Amino acid sequence: MQPSAGRDFIVGLFVLVGLAAIAYLSFSVGGLSLNSSGGLTLYAAFDQIGGLKPRAPVVIAGVKVGQVKSIELDKNFRARARLDLDRHLEVPTDTTASIMTSGLLGDQYVSLQLGGETAYLKSGEDIEFTESAVILERLIGQFIHSTNVQKSE
Amino acid sequence: MATLVHSLGWSVLRFIDHLGKITVFAGRIGRAVLTPPPRVGPFIQELYNLGVLSLVIICVCGLAVGMVLGLQGYNTLVRFGATNSLGAVVGLSLIRELGPVLTALLATGRAGSATAAEIGTMVATEQLDGLRMMSVNPIHLVVTPKALAMIAVMPLLSALFIVCGMAGGYFVGVSLMGVDSGAYVSSLEHAVDFRDDVVGSLLKAVVFGVLVGLIATYRGYTCKPTSAGVSAATTSTVVVGSVTILIFDYFITALWGV
Amino acid sequence: MTVAAGTDAHVVFDDVYMAFEDREVLRGLSCAFPRGKISVILGGSGSGKTTVLRLIGGLIRPHRGRIRVADRDISGLSETQLYTVREKIGMMFQGGALLDSLTVFDNLAFPLREHTTLKAAEVADEVHRVLAAVGLSNVDALLPGQLSGGMIKRAALARAILMKPEILLCDEPFSGLDPISVKRIEALLHGINRRQGITMLVSSHHIPSTMRMADHVVLLWNQRVVSGSPTALRDSADANVAEFFNEEVDASLALAETAQPHARPRQISAPLPR
Repeated sequence: MQPSAGRDFIVGLFVLVGLAAIAYLSFSVGGLSLNSSGGLTLYAAFDQIGGLKPRAPVVIAGVKVGQVKSIELDKNFRARARLDLDRHLEVPTDTTASIMTSGLLGDQYVSLQLGGETAYLKSGEDIEFTESAVILERLIGQFIHSTNVQKSE
Repeated sequence: MATLVHSLGWSVLRFIDHLGKITVFAGRIGRAVLTPPPRVGPFIQELYNLGVLSLVIICVCGLAVGMVLGLQGYNTLVRFGATNSLGAVVGLSLIRELGPVLTALLATGRAGSATAAEIGTMVATEQLDGLRMMSVNPIHLVVTPKALAMIAVMPLLSALFIVCGMAGGYFVGVSLMGVDSGAYVSSLEHAVDFRDDVVGSLLKAVVFGVLVGLIATYRGYTCKPTSAGVSAATTSTVVVGSVTILIFDYFITALWGV
Repeated sequence: MTVAAGTDAHVVFDDVYMAFEDREVLRGLSCAFPRGKISVILGGSGSGKTTVLRLIGGLIRPHRGRIRVADRDISGLSETQLYTVREKIGMMFQGGALLDSLTVFDNLAFPLREHTTLKAAEVADEVHRVLAAVGLSNVDALLPGQLSGGMIKRAALARAILMKPEILLCDEPFSGLDPISVKRIEALLHGINRRQGITMLVSSHHIPSTMRMADHVVLLWNQRVVSGSPTALRDSADANVAEFFNEEVDASLALAETAQPHARPRQISAPLPR
C-alpha cells in the first residue's frame, strides 16, 4: 500500500462525489436555501386554520412560492400565520389568502389569490383578506342541518 | 443454576469493564488527534481503504434497496389511490432510516472487519511493539487515522446510498410502474425537509461512523496475539458493531425526531 | 548473581516477579547485564527469555521488583517517559516486526523520518549504509513478505542499530534459520559489538553460538537463574546446568514438564495495552 498520486486522486474524487450527493440531498431535495434572509415576509390572520402547520407550502396558482414559518394567536384570538415568501414576489394589497386542502384528506396549505391593485405589500405587512379553513365536521353538520330543514318543510 | 447466575454476573461485569476500557481508548484517540504531527498520508490511505473500496457494495445495495422500496411502496399506495406520493415514501424511508442504518451495517461488515483484522494482525506480529520500541505511539500512527477515516467516510457513503436508492425507486416507480415523474419528484421535494430529515440523516451517519470506528479499532488493538484472537476480534466487531448501531438508531431517532 | 567485579552493569534486575494469566514466568529474578558486552539469556521454551527482553523494553511491567536501565528505574515510568528511555534501546524482534505495508527502504527510513530532521538524500545514505553493514543489497523496493527468513532478521537488525542505540535487545535472532545463516547473524552481532561497543542482550536456546559469542550468560529455567561466563556454566558442578550445555541426548533426561500453576485473582479482562 504505497502512497501514490493515482490513489490520492481517486480519494479526492470520492470525497467530491460524496459531498455532491450531500449537497443534492440538502438543496435540491431538502429545500435548503442559502439566501433565506432577505425574503418577503407577510402575515395573515385567520379565524380558523384547521390543520395548517408550520412548513406548510404557500402557493400561487398551484406553484410553491414560500412556506408558513410560524403560527401564533394574536390579541384578537385569531390565528396569525407568518408567511416566508420568495424575495422577488410582488403581492398586491388586495390579495386574498385562503387555506386549502390538497386532495380530499391531504395536508393543508395556504393559497394566495392575487388582487388587481397596483400597490404592493411590503415585508412585514398583513394580508387583509383571508378565508379560513373548511372544517369537514362543520360541513357535515351544515349538510345534516339543511337536510333536516328540507325534511321538515 | 448457581453457575448460570455466576456466568451472567460475570458477563455483566465484563461488559461494564469493556465499556470503561473503550472510553479510555477513545480518550487516547482524542488526545492523539490533538498531538502533532498530523498523519495525513495514512489518513488518506484509510479514506481509500474504507471509502473507495466500499463504493461498489454501497451503490449496488442502495440501488437494490431503492428498487424494492419503489415496488413495495407502489403495491401498498395503489390500494389508497395515492401512488403520486411514491417519491415521498421512497425518499423519506431512505433519508431518515435506511440510508444511514444500512450503510453503517454494510460498512461494519466490510470496512469494520477489515480494520479490526488489520490492527489485530499487527498486534499478533509484534509490529505495534516494534513501533513502541521506536518511540512511536501506535495509537497515533495506526489507530487514529483509521478511526477518523471511518467517521469521515460514513456520511459520504450514506449520501451515496440514498441517492442510488432514490434513483432505483424512480426507475421502478416511474419507468416500470407508470407513476407520473413530475408527481414523483414533487412529492419527494415537498416531503423532505433539510433540518428534520437530511441533517438528522447525516447526524446518524456521523454517530454510526464514530461507533464503528471505535469498536473496530478497539477490538483489533486489544485482541489476543494469535490467529484465533484476530478472528475473534473480526467477528465480534461485526456483531457488536451491528447491535450497537441498531440500538443507537432508536435513541437518535427518538431524540432528534420531529 | 552479579557480574564480575570491575565491570559496571548496564541493566539490572532486582527481585522481579512476572506472571501471565495462568502461570508464573519469573520468580524473584535478580541478575545484571554488563555494559558493552554480549550477554546471552539462555533457557528452554517458556522459560521467560522473551519476557526478560520485553520487561527491559518496557513493553510489559513486572508485578514486583525493579528493573534499572543505565541506573534509571524503569518499572514505574509512564509510557511517555519510556519513549525517552527507548531512544537508547534498539530491539530486534523474533519475527522481525517490520511494518508489512512498507517497503524495506521505508521500514528502515521510518525511525529517521520520525525522529530526525535529515533530508531525503541523507536518509537514503544512512539506510544504505546500514543495509550494507548487515550485508543486504537490492532489497529497497521489496516488501517484508517477499524476503526470506534470514533477510528479514538482517533487515530487523539493520533497523535496530540505525539510530545508534546503547543497548541492543535481540529476541531469538537464530530461530528458524539454517546453520549458515546462523553463523552470518552471529558474525554480524559480534562485529557490531566489537566495533561500536553496544551492550547486547540476546535471548537464545542455541548452545554453539552462545559458547562462541557470549561474554556473559544468564540461564533461566524452572524460575531459577544461574549466571556467569559461558565456560563457567558449562563446567558447572550443578548437574542440571551442565545438562543444558551437554549436547548428547541422555535416556535419563526427565522428559516431563509441568507449567507452574498460579493462583491470582481472575481479572475481568486483559488490561488495555498502552
